Amino acid sequence: MMFNKETAYWRKNLKILAFLLTIWFLVSFGFGILLSDWLDNLKIGGFKLGFWFAQQGSIYSFIILIFVYVYLMERLDQSSRENKKGDTQ
Amino acid sequence: MSVQEWTFLTIGLSFSLYIIIAFISRARSTSDFYVAGKGIHPVINGMATAADWMSAASFLSMAGLIAFLGKDGSVYLMGWTGGYVLLALLLAPYLRKFGQFTVPDFIGERYYSNTARVVSVLCLIFISFTYIAGQMRGVGIVFSRFLEVDINLGVFIGMGIVFVYAVWGGMKGITYTQVAQYTVLIFAYLVPAIYISIIMTNNPIPQLGFGSTLVNSSEFLLDKLDKVTSDLGFTPYTENTKSKIDVFCITAALMLGTAGLPHVIVRFFTVPSFSDARKSAGYALIFIALLYTTAPAVSAFARMNLIDSIHDKAYSDSPQWFKNWEEIGLIAWKDKNSDGLINYSSGDALENVKPVYLNERGLYGERKILNKANELNNNEVYIDRDIIVLANPEIAQLPFWVIALVAAGGVAAALSTAAGLLIAISSAISHDLLKKTFMPSINEKQELLYSRLATALAISIAGLFGIYPPAFVAQVVAFAFGLAAATLFPVLLLGIFSKRLNKEGAICGMLAGLVFTSGYIIYFKFISPHLNNEEYWFLSISPEGIGFIGMLINLSVAITVSFLTKAPPENVIRMIEKIRSPE
Repeated sequence: MMFNKETAYWRKNLKILAFLLTIWFLVSFGFGILLSDWLDNLKIGGFKLGFWFAQQGSIYSFIILIFVYVYLMERLDQSSRENKKGDTQ
Repeated sequence: MSVQEWTFLTIGLSFSLYIIIAFISRARSTSDFYVAGKGIHPVINGMATAADWMSAASFLSMAGLIAFLGKDGSVYLMGWTGGYVLLALLLAPYLRKFGQFTVPDFIGERYYSNTARVVSVLCLIFISFTYIAGQMRGVGIVFSRFLEVDINLGVFIGMGIVFVYAVWGGMKGITYTQVAQYTVLIFAYLVPAIYISIIMTNNPIPQLGFGSTLVNSSEFLLDKLDKVTSDLGFTPYTENTKSKIDVFCITAALMLGTAGLPHVIVRFFTVPSFSDARKSAGYALIFIALLYTTAPAVSAFARMNLIDSIHDKAYSDSPQWFKNWEEIGLIAWKDKNSDGLINYSSGDALENVKPVYLNERGLYGERKILNKANELNNNEVYIDRDIIVLANPEIAQLPFWVIALVAAGGVAAALSTAAGLLIAISSAISHDLLKKTFMPSINEKQELLYSRLATALAISIAGLFGIYPPAFVAQVVAFAFGLAAATLFPVLLLGIFSKRLNKEGAICGMLAGLVFTSGYIIYFKFISPHLNNEEYWFLSISPEGIGFIGMLINLSVAITVSFLTKAPPENVIRMIEKIRSPE
């Protein structure tokens, strides 16, 4: 029983990881490197977009990703703890 | 007051501050010494991590490298920040949950093997010493330029300061000194950047400034820079020179290496809980990003200023900073066409790249150099990239106290990183090699003594590296990342996310990654440096990026060997389940 609960928590965690790491890959390796030249055709202010992602945008995205992860995991930890309490009572 | 007096004052004050903090928060137990008693608030730890992380390479060399590399320089920006996402999501909370003192501790327990522990200690020592060499060198450069002492004396002074507070304070002491050092270094980095941004673009936020138009012009700074650089025969500033695959691999190697660096991981052992470890990684990245998003702006400003202030100017009218750095030996000028004008353009000015100075003066008072002119191009100037950040305030003609502040910031960045590395090295020796492997009978007091002795020994070796430095500061550091990516990162990752990976797999994987990556780097950097170009590289991947391939090799060897050998024992499976659970 407990074993199942743990794997449910773990599976959910893996799903969150897969989702966030996809974005992580996209903003850096995607927009900053592989698709960068193509994005450079667009401009925001004085920045070519691909260049901006490579030197600015990717870093801002990384910060947001970590705090989204913190938020999602706090919520998941909380609900896992509550479920556990429900079981023992 | 002169620049030199200002520098003595700021460096003197900052050093006293570090020593006082270290004295107040000195270590009293092994837990204090290794992991600061596990009681550091996540925001404080985030700040300390940022100082630990941002080295002389980040502070002194990175903006300079980017100034010359243009868009190729993005590998450092993305590579040295993106790893924190991996750290926060994949490693830090679980390793904190595991709850021991060091990174080899985890590897030793998870792979139920002292052989695995010792192999990881070897990797750790190899990585940390490569990295520390650059720090001592950075201290030497700052001292020699701003206090006009010999580079080697600078290295000795730096060693002395780190010695006092690392041996005394251990992890606990360095945590609080790192907080002070972060404050000094970020202030020192931002003040000149904001100044220059206002001067050049009227925008006080450098992150926006380098995307703005130039003062009294409707032209965007980056557009002008693209034009000027391509006119002088360089690749336009906002375009890549390196191949896509190489940029990809270098970025990946730096990111994975960041996540695998023991002195960074161990910082997350100092917070009270695994959920604090996640938060702390986020705070650390905010503090780091403050510098890392400013750096590319500094680079663009510096490149523009540099070209404006020296190209096509008569040497006799060249700015004072140009001559100062020439005296130090980090700038050289060879008047190829004997017109007395400085011509700065693409290509190496001199044969054998680095200048060898003669004890004579040329026609215009410049230092004569032994090297023959490189006749393949018209460039007459050799500029060491490491000077850009230090020279930038002078190039932009900022007040003396700003220049002094930058010097103190550079020293803070170097010392904070050196101290973190020294603790990682000494705890690996006293805890993992002595207490856990070769001398299990020593008590806590003896272990604490050994850890202090190990720190002292490590500092002496680090000093030697500073005096006999291998190549560029930032490049040397890049190798440490390749090795961390190829050795420690995969076994840490699989140790948490796979229950099947066993000790045979982990040991073979680490050794395969180590041998392949260091072999490749040593071959191209030391044995056959003349072959170090794209034509001879494996899949056109440079030695800087090869750690990514090393990581893939490590992963495949570790997984293959594990499936051919026995599964890990039951108690290890239970341990993995425990570190994965939120309880």
